[in-house]
Amino acid sequence: MADNNGNQKDGLPRIGFYICHCGTNIAGVIDVAAVAKYVAGLPGVVVSRDYKYMCSDPGQEMIAADIREHKLERLVVAACSPNLHEETFRKAAAKGGLNSFYFQMVNIREHASWVHEDKAAATQKAKDLARAAVYRVRFHQSLEKKQVPVDPNVLVVGGGIAGIHAALTLANAGKKVTLVERESTIGGHMAAFDKTFPTLDCAACILTPKMSAVKSHPNITLWTYSEVEKVEGYVGNYKVTVRRKPRYVKEDLCVGCMECIDACVFKEPKFPAKFDQGLGKRKPVYIDFPQATPKVVMIDPETCIQFKTGKCKKSCAAACDRDAIDFAQKPEIKELQVGAIVLATGFQTFDSKKAPQYGYGKYPGVYTALEIERLVNASGPTSGEVTLRDGRHPKSVGIIHCVGSRDEKTNKWCSRVCCMYSLKLAHLIKEHSGAEVYNFYIDMRAPGKAYEEFYDKLLSEGVHFIRGRVAEVTDWAMTPEEEGKLVLRVEDTLAGFVRRVPVDMVVLSTGLEPKADAQEVRRRFNIGCGNEGFFQERHPKLAPVNTFTDGVFIAGACQAPKDIPDTVAQAGAAAAEALALIDAGHVELEPNTSHVVEEECSGCKSCVALCPYTAITFNESKKKAEINEVLCKGCGVCAAACPSGSIKQNLFEDDEIFSEIEGVLGK
Amino acid sequence: MTKHPAQPPAAPGQFEPRIVAFFCNWCTYTAADLAGVSRLKYAPNVRVIRVMCSGRVDPQFVLEAFAKGADGVLLGGCHPGDCHYAEGNYKTLRRMRMLERMLKAMGVEDGRFRLEWISGAEGDKVRAVVNEMTARVRALGPLDLPGRFQEWDKEMEELEKRVGTADAPEVAHAR
Repeated sequence: MADNNGNQKDGLPRIGFYICHCGTNIAGVIDVAAVAKYVAGLPGVVVSRDYKYMCSDPGQEMIAADIREHKLERLVVAACSPNLHEETFRKAAAKGGLNSFYFQMVNIREHASWVHEDKAAATQKAKDLARAAVYRVRFHQSLEKKQVPVDPNVLVVGGGIAGIHAALTLANAGKKVTLVERESTIGGHMAAFDKTFPTLDCAACILTPKMSAVKSHPNITLWTYSEVEKVEGYVGNYKVTVRRKPRYVKEDLCVGCMECIDACVFKEPKFPAKFDQGLGKRKPVYIDFPQATPKVVMIDPETCIQFKTGKCKKSCAAACDRDAIDFAQKPEIKELQVGAIVLATGFQTFDSKKAPQYGYGKYPGVYTALEIERLVNASGPTSGEVTLRDGRHPKSVGIIHCVGSRDEKTNKWCSRVCCMYSLKLAHLIKEHSGAEVYNFYIDMRAPGKAYEEFYDKLLSEGVHFIRGRVAEVTDWAMTPEEEGKLVLRVEDTLAGFVRRVPVDMVVLSTGLEPKADAQEVRRRFNIGCGNEGFFQERHPKLAPVNTFTDGVFIAGACQAPKDIPDTVAQAGAAAAEALALIDAGHVELEPNTSHVVEEECSGCKSCVALCPYTAITFNESKKKAEINEVLCKGCGVCAAACPSGSIKQNLFEDDEIFSEIEGVLGK
Repeated sequence: MTKHPAQPPAAPGQFEPRIVAFFCNWCTYTAADLAGVSRLKYAPNVRVIRVMCSGRVDPQFVLEAFAKGADGVLLGGCHPGDCHYAEGNYKTLRRMRMLERMLKAMGVEDGRFRLEWISGAEGDKVRAVVNEMTARVRALGPLDLPGRFQEWDKEMEELEKRVGTADAPEVAHAR
């Protein structure tokens, strides 16, 4: 027990209790005056007050003044979740001259007034929870937060526009950044786009300068074709293991002259190029696109004759005057020390085969939006000419919105970008081919700077808009005009009847989804996912780039679907949060670590194997367990397991929890 | 948004169970916060005690809660594989399986103790679990271990008295 107990007649520390109205958020359901009155009668309580907004300056000031005036030794505040204001009231305690940890918070908003309608029952619950805190706080100890230094280096994972922007921001601020990208080049989805809405900027023209800036920045180490395998440590001090996959070309020697590609024994490109969504072809030795960064070729062992048979004449290697080609290259494992991590791992588009009613994969005239991005692109497989798979030029094109979005059967969420990119593609298709373009939409969502105006522009360009979710795409013709066409069947909800619209080409505006391995990735970085699988932010409004793991930040579409401007803004925010963490130079850690009471330890070693952080060791000479408080993260597993009760977890000691149990069940 | 019905209204005078919950800070406590922010409505019978990890929950906490008068105890942690501390919830699972067997042997009915994995995004699961559990424990009726302890103590006292007056030292010894 703390040494300043016993000032009162009953030997209990002097407790101050404060209950917040939170406007009507709490007081509208819970009778706060009744709770304050009830708590005033509990043993040890010398002050008990209710106040409109306890977290406000006057509220905090009142607490601090009371601590001084009434010589309070413990503080209990009943208000919102400790996740929101625990720190506020710890500071109020300190302002009054009380150790911050002589404080306990009671959550009567999120856990009571907001979730209960029965006022009497909610008030009773508030009394029970307050009583538990009053009982518990007697056992609180004076504690200090421990400070640990922060490593100033940062890891950025994902080299799309989010990762690129975050890395550049951090690097420009003088931080050493390692950018790890899974694919062979940075650029992400944006590099594959033709134009960007609503300004119709050429995506490559605005992106590639940033890509080169990453490559040439003295503060950025760029590791493409690499993946993070393991993350250990804690905020400010992460140890990261990265696997650099073999591209069979020495990155430091290759200059991207592409002589090897010309010299390959395959005279013509034969294999589907992933970057062109399989519409274009590549050789076994290839580079994704001309501006790929780093501009280094790679060899695909799945298609290369040398890897498959070992009997190629290796004309590529012979053509390289720098001897950059290395068929024996092995994966490399690298280790990094960083203080902060920005995750910008992006999204994947909905798999159109999961919506079989639209015939993707069945009818060659059905395309995904990403395929169209490549088709209308001047450096794409058709040099920007809109042609069907059979070489014909479409005279009419139907664009189906919300494929894998706003759909109970697939993904319920709105992907936010599809309306706008569908408008953009409609404009580009019309511009490139002169075809009649029909948009089939549920609702037109154009909320953004100059977005609605872009929609107006499309309307004036003569693009057709039909409001309704398309039921199916079929090649079954009912009239001679429908022969050889793809027919979209749709209920036109504005006109009030079912239409059949025959077209040559169908474009599916696929929605955005979490990456297939988002769950594995978030576990690796010890963060959470929402129900739909996107990474979970710490607070949906007030901490949108933070996660529940300090020092790990998220940016871009890995958090939720968003367009390029929002992604860039969020990447900047994540970089700023990382900078704030690093530039403070140190972090303060919760003092909720465990320690061993040596006299009581029986030396049974039960705890040693339980600790996931190897913070517990056995001192053979003393025959006692010892806990390294720097390694301890404060889960309390050891304290729960110790048979002799000799392990104590600060802030969660047995006495504290037992008294809380007694308190909630008291009368 | 789908409107969820609040908990079924309690009939006047019906038994209202008291349930103690231990929620881990990172998942289930956050989920309960989310339920609040989302204004979901659920039964007011649960009192939450926050711990950093479900792995901190010593089976003695559960026993103590029953001994002090809880009619039910709910333990909430992160889903397997999602523990903020890597594997604390696996340790919880092992301990609580053992505890469940013990509770059974002690005559505490199934349903009075419940272990649930609720992630930080599952505010609605908090609502559902609390409502279900409250209904279940309400149906089971009061556990009243403190009352039973008193009864048992009385029985013991009477036994002792009887043994004392019967003048049978070997029986007393055997006790």
